[in-house]
Amino acid sequence: MLAGKNSWVFPNRPVIIATGIVGGPFEARGKLASYFDKLNDDIWLEENSFEKAQRKLFEQACEITLNKSGINKEQVNYFIAGDLINQITPTTFTARTLEIPYFGLFSACATSMEGLALAAYFVNSGGAEYVLTGTASHNAATERQFRYPTEYGGQKPPTAQWTVTGAGCALVAKQGKGPVITRATIGKVVDLGLSDPFNMGGAMAPAAVDTIIRHFTDFNLSPNEYDLIITGDLGKIGLAATYDLLREKGFQIGEEQIVDCGLSIYGDDQKVQAGASGTASSAVATYGYFLEKLKSGELNSLLVVATGSLHSPLSVQQNETIPCIAHAVAIERSSIT
Amino acid sequence: MSEERKLPPEAKQYQKLHAKREIKRPVVKNCIKAFLVGGTICTLGQAITTFYIYFFDFTEKTAGNPTVATLIIITMFLTGFGLYDPLGQFAGAGTAIPVTGFANAVISSAIEHRTEGFIQGVGSNMLKLAGPVIVYGVFTAFLIAIVKTVVTNILGL
Repeated sequence: MLAGKNSWVFPNRPVIIATGIVGGPFEARGKLASYFDKLNDDIWLEENSFEKAQRKLFEQACEITLNKSGINKEQVNYFIAGDLINQITPTTFTARTLEIPYFGLFSACATSMEGLALAAYFVNSGGAEYVLTGTASHNAATERQFRYPTEYGGQKPPTAQWTVTGAGCALVAKQGKGPVITRATIGKVVDLGLSDPFNMGGAMAPAAVDTIIRHFTDFNLSPNEYDLIITGDLGKIGLAATYDLLREKGFQIGEEQIVDCGLSIYGDDQKVQAGASGTASSAVATYGYFLEKLKSGELNSLLVVATGSLHSPLSVQQNETIPCIAHAVAIERSSIT
Repeated sequence: MSEERKLPPEAKQYQKLHAKREIKRPVVKNCIKAFLVGGTICTLGQAITTFYIYFFDFTEKTAGNPTVATLIIITMFLTGFGLYDPLGQFAGAGTAIPVTGFANAVISSAIEHRTEGFIQGVGSNMLKLAGPVIVYGVFTAFLIAIVKTVVTNILGL
């Protein structure tokens, strides 16, 4: 149901009945290690390429989600997913394995919430009973596509971010136990002229701010409607810039009210410069950690704003600036437990 | 940016705000680290050269080639075992400028593209990072050679 200009409200309250989160060895040393369903101890996952390893991560996450839900894959109507690799082939191959009708998405690191918003819309409007959505990223596969070979000894600036090796999936259903999806706001492409691909957090902050403000305007909500606003992978610089921008625009936001997934995944001793990034950043932290907080009752409501930089290696070489997007989905604790 | 972009005022304003939040590269610290690590690599190179001159039949002029080969082999092992990457993050230009940096660029690309096969992968991509160094190195050498030829043979200086 349309709410305001670019938002959806979901009166039928679609439920996230199960999630599956997998990670790699570096994530196993991070702060959220205990929230993963499976942690692989080899970045190759016994495959012969990083792209295949990413596919396997995704397949593991989907399988775990389905197993936990008790739903057969034949019962799932649609699979809505995407990733960062050229032509989103790791996702396509995962869809081939799943044999579920498939919508491929590309919103870079905002894919997780684009998928969840669409899944909720489908289920809410009766277009589907079960929708599986999710995303995966792999540090080495992303490095080699967007930056340098993994073993190249280039020095990364302190603004750079570390792509998460992992995958996060959620199964959205008409009814069941679990957190419910209540609202969503679709982002627009925002580009304020930053062009450094080693500083994506700074480039994405205005997109996050734009979506957050439009969300609160569309629903006419007060800034403290949600216990927390979760951003996808803004990192240190992006998060600080987001606070600055929101305050500059007169949005009264509490000191600790925005939490960034990119700053939640890794420990302080893990040298990831400005924080984590990658499509899996928001998926892993939201579906793993923050939904657990909703289930345990520590939190009641969240607004998850996944942010993505939509540049390509080619567009950067041709001196284009970085176009960014952010999609927001509101998730609440359900009274049915 | 090469071309002047007409930025909307909103973008200009944000870039100002963002500049305050951006974490700057620690240039002085990076320079000191690069100097120390780069210097150590060069000292090692000098030690290898001396070794070849002292123990083998090399002169100061001819010891250069085996020295470079030895450094490249050491880099190959460091890159292959995943040690050059963290060293590069620490040392920056210190590991990028010496011949070891060039070797690392070639070797890491070769390893990376092994998944696409030996021809289209390793063969086509091995010089992806190091290629510009070769192209402009050869071109510069050519220009200098012309200058030298003109000065010595034609002008007779």
